[in-house]
Amino acid sequence: MGKVKPFLIKKGAEASLYLAEWHGRKVVVKKRLPKKYRPSKLDEQIRTYRTNHEPQLLHEAKKAGVPTPTIFLIDTKDDAIIMEFVEGRQVKQLLGKATKNERQSVCLKIGELIGRLHKHGIIHGDLTMSNMILNAEEKIFFVDFGLSEKTKELEARGVDLHLVKRALQSTHFRFSKECFDAVIMGYSKVLGVKNAKSILDKVKEIERRGRYVAERKGEQE
Amino acid sequence: MKMKRTDESYCLGIESTADDFSVGISTFNGEILANVISVYMPEEGGIHPREAARHHAEVARKILEEAFKKSGIKPQELSVISFSQGPGLGPCLRTGATIARALAAYLNVPLVGVNHCIAHIEMGKLKTGTKDPITLYVSGGNTIVSAFDSGCYRVFGETLDIALGNCLDVFAREAGLHQKVGMPFGAVVEKLASKGEKLIPLPYTVKGMDTSFSGLLTAAVNLLKKRQYKLEDLCYSLQETAFSMVTEVTERALAHTEKKEVLLTGGVAANRRLQLMIKAIAEEHNAEFCVVPSEFAVDNGAMIAWTGVLAYKHGMVTPIEKSFVKLRWRLEEVEVPWVR
Repeated sequence: MGKVKPFLIKKGAEASLYLAEWHGRKVVVKKRLPKKYRPSKLDEQIRTYRTNHEPQLLHEAKKAGVPTPTIFLIDTKDDAIIMEFVEGRQVKQLLGKATKNERQSVCLKIGELIGRLHKHGIIHGDLTMSNMILNAEEKIFFVDFGLSEKTKELEARGVDLHLVKRALQSTHFRFSKECFDAVIMGYSKVLGVKNAKSILDKVKEIERRGRYVAERKGEQE
Repeated sequence: MKMKRTDESYCLGIESTADDFSVGISTFNGEILANVISVYMPEEGGIHPREAARHHAEVARKILEEAFKKSGIKPQELSVISFSQGPGLGPCLRTGATIARALAAYLNVPLVGVNHCIAHIEMGKLKTGTKDPITLYVSGGNTIVSAFDSGCYRVFGETLDIALGNCLDVFAREAGLHQKVGMPFGAVVEKLASKGEKLIPLPYTVKGMDTSFSGLLTAAVNLLKKRQYKLEDLCYSLQETAFSMVTEVTERALAHTEKKEVLLTGGVAANRRLQLMIKAIAEEHNAEFCVVPSEFAVDNGAMIAWTGVLAYKHGMVTPIEKSFVKLRWRLEEVEVPWVR
């Protein structure tokens, strides 16, 4: 490993992100530190699995036409991934300040990117607006594939979209509906309206399965 | 017995969302004068809504009388009646609502319908002194990670299927364990788990900030039936896996919102192991960890009374014709003008 002078940029729940220099490049070191709260056996399993799995899916996503950071090195001993540093702004930060048109176009693009992932059998697993970065060339990068999986199952796709909706409702509640509608529009463009509809029906089914949803089983009070 | 008189105002709250029937009395300043709880415990199987509702109707009079006696308050001194309007089991909710309506009409005082999940959070804040926490609310019916933002409590994560407490309860029943008053299934499982040593691999399901326990429960029950493992080890593994899942999503919400307090409430909050786990992540993010005392973490009338006070002070009353129960009333649908 080259000389890494790490500088903590984000202490996430699952991993810590360090900005570092590596062979003359600005890189991000994503390190999954041991979690004291869970049994060490379970902790190791989870960290090792995610560290090995994430780079594979980041790469797969790139092949599917979704911008993701390039992987430089995987350090399985330290559960660390060294990858390209994507310069830009988190979509989470810019949505609140953007105009309606800007929001629409960003969300439309996000929908297309999710569509591409799903079309290639990739489920992101944690689609929040803080895992999307808009760079200076207006390209949106998807990051954090720690919870990703490879499947074309309707259920998994539905949960993925449900998570987008949930993220919008909890953090961007003022315009969550218009944003989600734009996401779906972009998503339908890639997967086709018919496919998108069956996945959206699944989203509704998943929501109904949740504990407290008014329309569950068409219940009357 | 508390003898608080003078010009103080009081609210009586009725809780009846599931297996508990409880009456609490709170002053307008948040002093809890009474919190009487009666738990319906079925001989076997889970909660039958109709049977639970029958229990509530049968004990209501006794519990009300006890609450008045304990608080030293006469019915005529009450300024407001509040009740759990939802979410919960229909027959149980209706029983509580009916009693609340009757009391309010008889005493000619306003009625306030309270959201049960909000009441858990508000009571937690009152009892722990937290101001703006990330709340992990885990019980037999709920598994919710929420925090306040712009006028409402937002749900950051929740279970996609069954609740954490439900998962533990069903497993305990399948294992032929028995619960009694003061020793619910969760405590029985916790005790066995404390003697477990071997971690048996079980499905660990975290999706974003959501969790799922049904696959975990099925896997654990299947292993139980194979009789291959010690029950202690199974309880230990079930607890460790399920708790690790909720702890991971709570930590995600904590990292995401950067709040400075973590509040643990609901029936499962009494579990020491879960407390340790949540405490560990709070410390890691320099947040304060608070757990709600058991009496006020389980379903209780005091939390309904106190939340009724908060709502009433902000002009929120529920006319009788709008007091129908809401079985699936989500907490983010409720305006909470009393927060900031």
